[in-house]
Amino acid sequence: MDRIKTEELTGAQILIRCLQAEGVEVVFGYPGGAVLFIYDELFKQDKVKHVLVRHEQGAAHAADGYSRSSHKVGVCLVTSGPGLTNAVTGIATAYMDSIPMVILSGQVSTAYIGEDAFQECDSVGITRPCVKHNFLVRDVKDLAVTMKKAFHIATTGRPGPVLVDIPKDVTVNTCEFQYPESISMRSYNPVKKGHAGQIKKAVQLLQEAKRPMVYSGGGVVLSNASAQLKDLIKRTGFPITNTLMGLGAYPATDDQFLGMLGMHGTYEANMAMQHCDVLLAIGARFDDRVIGNPAHFAQNPRKIIHIDIDPSSIAKRVKVDVPIVGNIPDVLDDILNLLKNSKTDISEWWKQIAEWRGKDCLKYDRNSKLIKPQFVLEKLYEVTGGDAFITSDVGQHQMWAAQFYKFEKPRRWINSGGLGTMGFGLPAAMGAVMANPGATVACVTGESSIQMCLQELSTCKQYRLPIKIINLNNKYMGMVRQWQQFFHGNRYSESYMDALPDFVKLAEGYGHSGVQITRPADVEPALREAFKRKKDLVFLDFITDQTENVYPMIPGGKGITEMILSEDL
Amino acid sequence: MRHIISILVENEAGALSRISNMFSARGYNIESLTVAPTEDASMSRLTVVTKGSDDVIEKITKQLNKLVEVVKVVDLSEAEHIERELMLIKVRAGVKEREDVKRMADIFRGRVIDVSDNTYTIELTGEGAKLDAFIQALDQSTILETVRTGASGIGRGNRILRV
Repeated sequence: MDRIKTEELTGAQILIRCLQAEGVEVVFGYPGGAVLFIYDELFKQDKVKHVLVRHEQGAAHAADGYSRSSHKVGVCLVTSGPGLTNAVTGIATAYMDSIPMVILSGQVSTAYIGEDAFQECDSVGITRPCVKHNFLVRDVKDLAVTMKKAFHIATTGRPGPVLVDIPKDVTVNTCEFQYPESISMRSYNPVKKGHAGQIKKAVQLLQEAKRPMVYSGGGVVLSNASAQLKDLIKRTGFPITNTLMGLGAYPATDDQFLGMLGMHGTYEANMAMQHCDVLLAIGARFDDRVIGNPAHFAQNPRKIIHIDIDPSSIAKRVKVDVPIVGNIPDVLDDILNLLKNSKTDISEWWKQIAEWRGKDCLKYDRNSKLIKPQFVLEKLYEVTGGDAFITSDVGQHQMWAAQFYKFEKPRRWINSGGLGTMGFGLPAAMGAVMANPGATVACVTGESSIQMCLQELSTCKQYRLPIKIINLNNKYMGMVRQWQQFFHGNRYSESYMDALPDFVKLAEGYGHSGVQITRPADVEPALREAFKRKKDLVFLDFITDQTENVYPMIPGGKGITEMILSEDL
Repeated sequence: MRHIISILVENEAGALSRISNMFSARGYNIESLTVAPTEDASMSRLTVVTKGSDDVIEKITKQLNKLVEVVKVVDLSEAEHIERELMLIKVRAGVKEREDVKRMADIFRGRVIDVSDNTYTIELTGEGAKLDAFIQALDQSTILETVRTGASGIGRGNRILRV
């Protein structure tokens, strides 16, 4: 019998072949001693493009933004020791939001592991709590199959980051290379289909509901289930809210959409969550920023149907009546097949919702002489036609973007919802540009967040990434200031950003353009001008009202209906 | 309530640490933990004794199942099961104490497995409570050293945990 001829390759060569076999187009990374052989092989080929970041945190966030904006796997490559530890914030960010990523980290040679070698750290140990899974490859013979497993685990079930730690000698050693076509693991078999009996029960509940409510989260975006979700909402006529992570899964301009819910969600969405009689939760996890105090949430009796791919997300913070474990598109397809075409009359419920809506909870002062951050975001929405990829950092600007930019499509809103990582926005925008060449990409940020990964302006120059940076500059860590105002007696402890850089000059220093905008009348023209420049990064520094707060707000630990509303209401 | 959970896990470096890390990261309690390979060398079996309400135990089993290397999880306390723990205990046993120590070991069906001029080392298996009782029954001042394995458990009759 003829043996299939295989090639003898080095570990570094195998690694590149694996990336090619997985269809990886872009790797975000930063070289160093332990990964030199890998970089040498990257140099010799042109299928996998490498984007050189300026700090490994940027590499992880960029790979993350690449994945969120495209449904492809984000890949980053870092060296051992500080290379890996710098990436940890980015890995933890991706883990909290269930983003499929593969992180390749160099490691000291196997003979040196455990000897406190130069740039050695226990990468597998350090990342264990913030990855879906990780591997240390001790033998080059295991490399290909480990890579296959890494991509398989990252993308199936509840997605997440997977780290592959590769000692330097493994990148040099050789073996025959064959990339496995498929992989099966006895310990890892994520479900797809939901339980038929449970689905039947769910449909029954939905059809009998008098005050139904649908609450969908990041899971719908991650599993590409927007089409089914829209179908479900249109066929039932039910109201729907999205979590911060789920925005865009349902078009924000539609009448049945009640806006985002949660700590800074709309009055109507939060009220409907509390007063509904049947709640359908899809790919969401009832976290503390969404339902507030679980005991308060449980005060109102309602039947809860919870669809999620991850059983551990179900019945974690609230009691669930009908748990359905499964892949969301599959489960929704099954539900849609069982739904009768006759809608139940829920006009009373809609009347109630209309009353709540009448509060106009996102109202702000439109006659202010100062630039209101909400106004900037409304204009951003208008100028980009609602069709941009918007990344954000963390804080007030993030919440305003979520409230005021009406996302019509999934994967357009890219933010660190779980970990809340300042510094995420700019590198994530780089990833979004790389995944969507030619698309409009804007990073909504603040003067504090932007400074956490500012060095990536240099990467943007090198690769001509035409990101529009919308800097809402109120000279404060705004969300910290807001909490200090509300809950700490106006003692603004260390939240004032003294000695801010001149952002215009700073952008210019990196080879970009910058504009400072101080008057409301200049907001729209500045945005129009910037977005006309399709090839350039423009840094727009909006000097905004320092005292503006994000409303509504559920104080930490309070119930979902215990909202603080704007003084203007 | 006390629960005894059995876990089949791939016999890979770091698997144990993933499991113990999950307990500490999520604030679950571990009373004891034992681990060793099974008849299939590619797999290890862990027994964890933990305490918690039904809600917490459900969360623990879900989180364990979520770990990529975990093959199977069973809460043995849900049904009839047997559990055993091994203790080695070294006691002072000079001429004066020998008789008493030996008699006590016999009562508890322990075996003396090592002897020196002034010590006995006794091996004792049983449920945790029995081992506790043996320690209590001894003259406390004679105990020199104890080592316990923590509980291992297995289902009764046809209740079988395997792949």
